[in-house]
Amino acid sequence: MAIEENLKIELGKQGVFVTTLEELYNWGRRSSIWPMQFGLACCAIEMIATTMARYDLARFGAEVFRPSPRQADLMIVSGTVTKKMAPQVVRLYNQMAEPRYVIAMGACAISGGPFKQGYNVLKGIDRYIPVDVHIPGCPPRPEALIQAFMTLQKKIDEQPLTGENRPRFLNQNAQGEFPVPEPADHDLEPPSNPGVWSAPVVIR
Amino acid sequence: MVSSPYFPLVVLFVVALGFGLAPLGLAWLWARFFSPRKPNPVKNSIYECGLVSKGDAWVQFRSAYYLYAIIFLIFDVEAVFLLPFAVAFTGLNAAACAAMLVFVLLLVEGLAWAWAKGVLTWA
Ligand code: SF4
Repeated sequence: MAIEENLKIELGKQGVFVTTLEELYNWGRRSSIWPMQFGLACCAIEMIATTMARYDLARFGAEVFRPSPRQADLMIVSGTVTKKMAPQVVRLYNQMAEPRYVIAMGACAISGGPFKQGYNVLKGIDRYIPVDVHIPGCPPRPEALIQAFMTLQKKIDEQPLTGENRPRFLNQNAQGEFPVPEPADHDLEPPSNPGVWSAPVVIR
Repeated sequence: MVSSPYFPLVVLFVVALGFGLAPLGLAWLWARFFSPRKPNPVKNSIYECGLVSKGDAWVQFRSAYYLYAIIFLIFDVEAVFLLPFAVAFTGLNAAACAAMLVFVLLLVEGLAWAWAKGVLTWA
């Protein structure tokens, strides 16, 4: 940080706007998050409502839902991920261009939700792809999705472009491909991507 | 050359070309030097709504579809003439009715011909 935060605010009051390249870059990224246009279940209806006039996702620069992963920055996993659909979701995530983000929307996308005991439902998409923001709810209200957007924007804003904590897309050695699971006899193979997810330790 | 009446046009043309190409070139340069690149086989594969793509994208489509378009024309033309015919039906004399019948039968004949040729079965 080349300039002190307080000095910046002080200058701002005088009508002098100072910024850093990093801030400018992140401002551009966070103000044009284009989601991918796909919905999986009931949560998708709330996602659609979020983009409409009443909730107006356009305020966040995110109203441009792209029908192709090549042009999308954000994947909103809105709904139940069945084991039949999971390979497609993971493949779509792989086909998105960097930088890419994931919002897991609703109980189903987080954990399997009401269908957690079902034989055919994936117990959370975070088993295969890195999720940036989880929003609980069944379904989450549009306000919750907007909250997720703001959380994601804050996250992008705080990403340093250099150094140890730089985002994945700027790190040449970071993992870029997330293996697509294959349907096997009883479950998907592998049941989760190592490095992305590990079974939580239950503390009794 | 400068005195040529077409000289302003040439200037405009060059400017217009530059106006179009400069942003494209800048975008290309930016992507070439700054865009994060992380290619992998899954990412570079053909996009097919998340499914694994099968075969080549360069397939030939059947041209037989145009026959359906032509047969559709039979009914299309028929409908255009049937409507005024039906409206004026009560006031028509026998000759007009016969003429109309001939017209309709001619079109039906076309359909029968297509049917007999086996065009209506999609193979
Ligand atoms: S979390 Fe609830 S509303 Fe959302 S997809 Fe699952 S069942 Fe439907």
